[in-house]
Amino acid sequence: MRKLFLSHTTEYVLLIVIAVISIYLSFAADRFFTLGNAFDLLNISAVNIIFAVGLLVVLIAGGIDISFAVAASVVQYVAVLLLERIGGGGWISGLVVAAGIGVALGAVNAFLVHRFRIISIVATIATFNVYFGLLMFFTKGVSIYNLPDWLTTRVIVYEREMADGTWAEITLPVVVMMVCVLVTWLFITRTTTGRQLYAFGDNPEGARRFGINIGAMQFIAFGWLGLMAGIAGLMQAHYAQEVVPNALYGCELDVLAAVVLGGARLGGGKGSVFGCVLGVLLVSITQNGLNLMGVSPFAFKMIVGAIILVAITLSSARLGNLLPAFAKTAKTEGANR
Amino acid sequence: MSNATETGAAAPPLLSLRNINMTFGGVRALKNVSFEVMPGEVHCLAGENGCGKSTLIKVITGVYKPAAGAEIAFDGETVPHMTPGIAQSLGIKVIWQDLALFPEMTVAENIAFQTLSGARPRFVSYPKIRRIAEEALARLGVKLDVDRPLKDFAIAQRQIVAIARALVGEARIVFMDEPTASLTQAETDHLLSIVHTLSASGVAVVFVSHRLAEVLEISSRLTVLRDGNLVGVYPVAGMTQSRVTELMTGRTFDQNVRARDVSKNPVVLSVKGLSRPGEFSDISFELRRGETLGVTGLLGSGRTELALTLFGMRQAASGTVTLEGVPAYFSSNREAIAAGIAYLSEDRLALGLNQPQSIADNLVQASLDSILSGGLISSEKKRSLVARWIADLGVKIGKQEDAICTLSGGNQQRVAIAKWLATNPKVLILDAPTVGVDVGARAGIFEIVARLAEAGLAIILISDEVPEVYFNADRVIHMEKGRIAGWHDPRSTTLKDMEAAVYA
Ligand SMILES: Nc1ncnc2c1ncn2[C@@H]1O[C@H](COP(=O)(O)OP(=O)(O)O)[C@@H](O)[C@H]1O
Ligand SMILES: [Mg+2]
Repeated sequence: MRKLFLSHTTEYVLLIVIAVISIYLSFAADRFFTLGNAFDLLNISAVNIIFAVGLLVVLIAGGIDISFAVAASVVQYVAVLLLERIGGGGWISGLVVAAGIGVALGAVNAFLVHRFRIISIVATIATFNVYFGLLMFFTKGVSIYNLPDWLTTRVIVYEREMADGTWAEITLPVVVMMVCVLVTWLFITRTTTGRQLYAFGDNPEGARRFGINIGAMQFIAFGWLGLMAGIAGLMQAHYAQEVVPNALYGCELDVLAAVVLGGARLGGGKGSVFGCVLGVLLVSITQNGLNLMGVSPFAFKMIVGAIILVAITLSSARLGNLLPAFAKTAKTEGANR
Repeated sequence: MSNATETGAAAPPLLSLRNINMTFGGVRALKNVSFEVMPGEVHCLAGENGCGKSTLIKVITGVYKPAAGAEIAFDGETVPHMTPGIAQSLGIKVIWQDLALFPEMTVAENIAFQTLSGARPRFVSYPKIRRIAEEALARLGVKLDVDRPLKDFAIAQRQIVAIARALVGEARIVFMDEPTASLTQAETDHLLSIVHTLSASGVAVVFVSHRLAEVLEISSRLTVLRDGNLVGVYPVAGMTQSRVTELMTGRTFDQNVRARDVSKNPVVLSVKGLSRPGEFSDISFELRRGETLGVTGLLGSGRTELALTLFGMRQAASGTVTLEGVPAYFSSNREAIAAGIAYLSEDRLALGLNQPQSIADNLVQASLDSILSGGLISSEKKRSLVARWIADLGVKIGKQEDAICTLSGGNQQRVAIAKWLATNPKVLILDAPTVGVDVGARAGIFEIVARLAEAGLAIILISDEVPEVYFNADRVIHMEKGRIAGWHDPRSTTLKDMEAAVYA
């Protein structure tokens, strides 16, 4: 038990913080603690969670990426224009095209990092600017409103009528998000390639001496984030029912903060999918609660920033030090066994 | 050792290298080196620090690319472009000097990392990884919680993990780069017996170690490197430690017993019935002016604890200590230093010197009082004090302001000794002064010790290497389980007898 606790300190701290905030919000805002709101939360967070699990893989491999949100915007434009060319397409072709473009854009980052040995933060700030510049230049900032029908039709996967007559719904992005979470979890914890990514992020020289292909690691990590960014981009277009060039601009830092909050280490070798999902949820829940309480949106960022600071401080301090009594009893238990 | 005779001239080598040149930005780390390992032999790679042993291992495993013209052949087949991946697939395993482990991953994953490597993606079976790790640890006779991340463990246990990792899977040849550096005697013995087992089952072992006794005990052949050059390949049978040292350094060291008769000199330090429960008991001796008293004994015999007590860092439970006839009870090392006792720590890296600080700052650390001018440190006085000691002890430095970590082990130790000499001590305690110092530089340290004793300083020389105290001390105390187990006079006993007594 103690072992489980100590090896997942970050996740437990996040769960506790989320629980405390949720209890507070359920008293402060009537609508917070309802099924409808819980489903809304999932619908809202789905895109960011997909981004987050992608970014997690890059962080584990010891890199960082600033460009993925803008890359997702590029995916939205190029995919929609491309699909129009081939007669509209559908969900399958849409996902394939979006994923393909996403992977290609991720591969550009991997190429810069691996081939030219540019540190990833610099390389991806560069591609961030290049992608966004190209996007604004070619679109002249014009949004696309007439998307294909299949993309704008809401897909409700599960719905339920509530006592007050409103409908609580789970939409397609949530299901896609769940698949992305599950597959990423399988990938990084249950496959040799995933474990190699951890090892590479943890000690690149050690991994190299074991014959692990360093270039492949970079392409897999940035490619995985590109894949997730492509899928997230398509889901965001579906959810917003329009493609706006700067719709995702700026969300990269929110996602990065949430992933680090979830226990991923800048520098590599550490991070879990569960922690990463909790990190995004903590931020969404706070924003959602403040919204329901009628707090000014300008105060959101401030409060979210403060919560990130508190949670990161709590999880980086050794929990054993914060709860000496608990740690001690657990230790003697362990010794008695 | 039986393998040496079996692998005659007829057997083809398992690994053979020729024309190996390796340059790091102008520094030639390997010059035209060739190297051969026979199947199943234990081969020692010897040489001073920085002579290129680790670099050679990295060339063999494809971590570094040698200059054009290099030839590497494994099992009779040339390998034109060695890579770490090819080395893996050929069954070449390495215990790296810097371990090259993954601190965030569990012990099990670190040990069984081979099952996680390889380009083809596969699913991971954690029960299998755990079983592999536990089996490898069992072979070493060690129990570790394999589910905990490696970063939770101390360096000695990480060393064990690195060794266990090399025992996983099919090996043809295992390189061990200073694997015993942080092991206890029992763990070392276990490792050496595994080396025997590996060799008996046909796996070649290439062993790198500073401990020459260890090397001569287990290997059948010896390749010596000096300054990136190949000195030669020798059979171990008939080799002595001093001969190996000579080959490694290119110099001969006259190992004469230095002991003199100092019984006429006045007593400086007198210790009677000194005890500290659990550490040492009933220690009595007299230390005279100009005497070098050797103290030896196995690890944990209470040597260092005794020294720390004399230095005021611990308090004795009973017994008396007098310094020049005056009772000497110190409640801190500050008082001991003021009274004229200096103690060179056995752990130079962690305790003795502040590695990132400059040479000058380290040197004046214990004698700041002497360079004050109006309550402030006078940079004038500091500079001249440092210059005097650097010249006196022959320390090779660039600038006084260079960080101490830029110096070699031998030169660092000289600075550490200078630091204590600057306090004008009456008694100088040297605890393992040659740990991490090259064999070549060791002689220089003992030259200094002899000079200081000649000048009248009373010295206590602590070492677990019996030859060091045998050749350099006037009298030797041998401690065992906290007690004085025997007195030896190097002038009337042989090294063999003394070693037999200590290691009995
Ligand atoms: N990566 C490197 N870059 C620059 N110099 C190096 C590097 N690795 C080793 N050297 C130099 O090569 C020489 C041999 O080093 P090494 O093989 O580590 O010696 P040993 O293992 O025998 O102590 C040393 O002078 C060292 O400073
Ligand atoms: Mg080395």
